[in-house]
Amino acid sequence: MKPQILAGKLLALLALLLMPLAVQAQPATPAAPAEDEPELVEFDTAKTRSIAVPALVAPAPADTPAGNTTALGRQIAEVISSDLRASGVFETSGPNGLRAITLAEVTTPQFDYWRGRNVEQLIEGFVRVGGDGNLTVGCYLYDVGNGNEVTRLGFNVPPRDWRRAAHKCADAIYSKLTGELPFFDSRIAYIAETGPKGKRVKRLAIMDSDGANHRFITNGQSAALTPRFSPNYKSILYLSYVDGNPRIYVYDIDAGRQRLITQSRNATFAPRWSPDGQTILYSMAVAGNTDIYKISATGSGTPVKLTSSPGIDVGGSFSPDGRQIVFESDRGGNQQIYVMNADGSNQRRISFGQGRYATPEWSPRADLIAFTRIAGDFRVGTMRPDGSGERLLTNSWQDEAPTWAPNGRVIQFFRTAKGTGKTSIWQVDLTGANERKLPTPVDGSDPAWGPILP
Amino acid sequence: MNNSIKMAAILLASTALIAGCGKKKVEQLPPVAEGTEGEMATDPNAGTGQIVPGSQEDFLASVGQYGDRIYFDTDRFNVDTEDQTTLQQQAQWLARYPNTRITVEGHADERGTRDYNLALGERRANSAKNYLTSVGVDASRIQTVSYGKERPQAMGSDEQSWAQNRRAVTVTVQ
Repeated sequence: MKPQILAGKLLALLALLLMPLAVQAQPATPAAPAEDEPELVEFDTAKTRSIAVPALVAPAPADTPAGNTTALGRQIAEVISSDLRASGVFETSGPNGLRAITLAEVTTPQFDYWRGRNVEQLIEGFVRVGGDGNLTVGCYLYDVGNGNEVTRLGFNVPPRDWRRAAHKCADAIYSKLTGELPFFDSRIAYIAETGPKGKRVKRLAIMDSDGANHRFITNGQSAALTPRFSPNYKSILYLSYVDGNPRIYVYDIDAGRQRLITQSRNATFAPRWSPDGQTILYSMAVAGNTDIYKISATGSGTPVKLTSSPGIDVGGSFSPDGRQIVFESDRGGNQQIYVMNADGSNQRRISFGQGRYATPEWSPRADLIAFTRIAGDFRVGTMRPDGSGERLLTNSWQDEAPTWAPNGRVIQFFRTAKGTGKTSIWQVDLTGANERKLPTPVDGSDPAWGPILP
Repeated sequence: MNNSIKMAAILLASTALIAGCGKKKVEQLPPVAEGTEGEMATDPNAGTGQIVPGSQEDFLASVGQYGDRIYFDTDRFNVDTEDQTTLQQQAQWLARYPNTRITVEGHADERGTRDYNLALGERRANSAKNYLTSVGVDASRIQTVSYGKERPQAMGSDEQSWAQNRRAVTVTVQ
């Protein structure tokens, strides 16, 4: 009986979550403005579920290189709570303000206590050190209303990776409750910016999806731009002016070394990985004419030229199955979005709205393409791969360069301030809801979200 | 014909300017583009009041204020009549120093996306290069580099600033 009720409640929750999407999936109404201005998505501000996350119990407190397990129990709960809250789908409380729980409660929660506090979902867990020195993190999700366990997970991680255990727990709960794929346990490469507008110092940097574990890769002596994590997170493609010219390098994170992806006297820029990490897409300007090329990621082999229009063909993003590439071209007079097969055949324009369209990025879920639309201001939006269903998600002076969360549900981009040129990284849900600024130590631009960590 | 007369007049004017004043006036020469910092060799004779023939300083003095650059309309890269005059003056100076090499830096304003602006800067630098070669400068002497929207000259977010930033700047390689 209870599982059925639970299933019913989950279905209701899912229906609630999917409702805004279902509404937006309708074709444009005839009442749309005459100039074909895409609508700005209206979002549902109603939070769906109240989740409590008390500190994880440390049944046998012990010191680890990452701190005592009692402290880690609280910190892990903080990360879980923060992840779920930042997703915009949940209202979370805890661990601050919530009472400590006992180990017995982890498997036998006091549902009446939590019901009295209007908690709908409860996350409890424990953390302890195993014989191998690794942390064991247990994570349980309960439906308080029904008094049921929904799911339980266990993770064994080196102490230094405690945040990953927290992200994985949050991912599992997020997936269970929303039906979406996970995305918290992932990383972001971006460009850290400092200095005045005319003398920006631009450094390659990486961080976790929530801004933690931040690390600068380059020292800023030469400008770095447009990074992309390889699918296995072992290397980063990016543009550097280290030899005075714009050139694409592949940086090996463990080795701390980099190499040119191709020897050329021409400018190379806009690097991208194929989904399997075997192929690199890049743009090269020869005598002022820019085209898109691909080359093996191993550094061997010769480049294959994919476009040949007289004009700027630039950027590009593979479909998740690797069979198609969406890219940007001004062959028709100004920047628009085109799709071609991965061998360069069957090139066709898909964007026909008002203004210019740039920086297309194919969703890892395959169903949408994110872009920057330039019509006066720069706004981030999405359209289907056939160009239909265009929607704008942001509305600011200059929002640019969308990048997808691994689950294709959240988009990051960067925002430039008028006048000062200061930049910041922002995140928005696919519905246009829950727009928020990411915490970065300095200004940030060119975010590139990697896949779920292996 | 008109052009060469005009050029000669400008050359005379700038020569007179330099001859008449020495150091003080030299310091009032147009500021070097922000983007060229670091690429420019330091002139060992700077500060002595002497302009070394064939130097970047000499080039700037010869082509006149902002004669080292041409400007473009939004999203355009064509060289118009005014630009041709500017580039012809540069070519004339380059003809006097046939061993001097140059870099043409292409720039875009901030109102474009990053990758596209890198491509646009390349186009603009190459437009200037192509015109210089058409008036006799050997192509092997000319390098191009695009800075996209990375190195604005004017800091405002307005039409006037953007117009100054859509440019191709010629810098001598010392």
